Amino acid sequence: MWVGRFGRGLSELLMTAGVLVVLFLVYQLWVTDLFAARTQDRLHHELEQSWSRPAPRVPVPSAPRTAPPPPVVPLGDGVAILRVPRLGRDYAPVVVQGVSAADLRRGPGHIPGTAMPGQVGNFVVSGHRTTYGKPFNRMDELKPGDAIVVEVQDRYYTYRVSGSEVVTPNRVDVTYPVPKHAGEVPTKSLITLTTCHPEYSASHRLIVYGELVDTTAKSAGPPPALAVG
Amino acid sequence: MYAWLYRHLPGSGRVRPLVAALLLLGVVALLMFVVFPAVETVLPNGQVTMGS
Repeated sequence: MWVGRFGRGLSELLMTAGVLVVLFLVYQLWVTDLFAARTQDRLHHELEQSWSRPAPRVPVPSAPRTAPPPPVVPLGDGVAILRVPRLGRDYAPVVVQGVSAADLRRGPGHIPGTAMPGQVGNFVVSGHRTTYGKPFNRMDELKPGDAIVVEVQDRYYTYRVSGSEVVTPNRVDVTYPVPKHAGEVPTKSLITLTTCHPEYSASHRLIVYGELVDTTAKSAGPPPALAVG
Repeated sequence: MYAWLYRHLPGSGRVRPLVAALLLLGVVALLMFVVFPAVETVLPNGQVTMGS
């Protein structure tokens, strides 16, 4: 009798554990995508609203002109829209500011302190390879020459993929203004995308490098890379 | 365990399945919105940026 009750309690416990595991998988593989899709919709909306307001006028400096300070974007807010023709016309995740776990749940994150889109230096963006809408799931398909278009308020920055590689997670040097060259003063505008590799693993990172090749005003329509082909 | 829980749920024969369903829904919501988001931060697939 006692053994029977004990056995039943144990089997219920084990079944509960099994159900929990399945629920967690459902959460990871499906529910996080739903969360991210909702957040991305909201981010698109917010970005469109803020872009429709006129840009703050930069006063004409009388002193020798230095680079205007980049606009400060609060953590978690939208920075730009990423478009990669190779990944389809519907691929347009909003890049948010910051790479904390909370930021990355919202979308690919721009590492604060690295260059802003189009600036000289390295615009570094990290994104989920799996879960939360998996924005960087297919980064491994990018080939040299592929376009990466970064859309900001008034222009499109077209970068071309220059290469990609798989590195260990400690290689912070890929995010330097001149990747892998500490302390070097950048002269080019670069983009670097990072995500985990292989999928579902933290053992390595997949890095995609690109270089700015074209800057077009939005008023002139979408850049050639996004034109219907 | 579950039989004991069910027997101790409030409500009569009619309402009890409803109470049980609500309770289950609450537990699932708690898991999806609180427990799992906290647990997943230690999972490897969230680590996409550089730094050890």
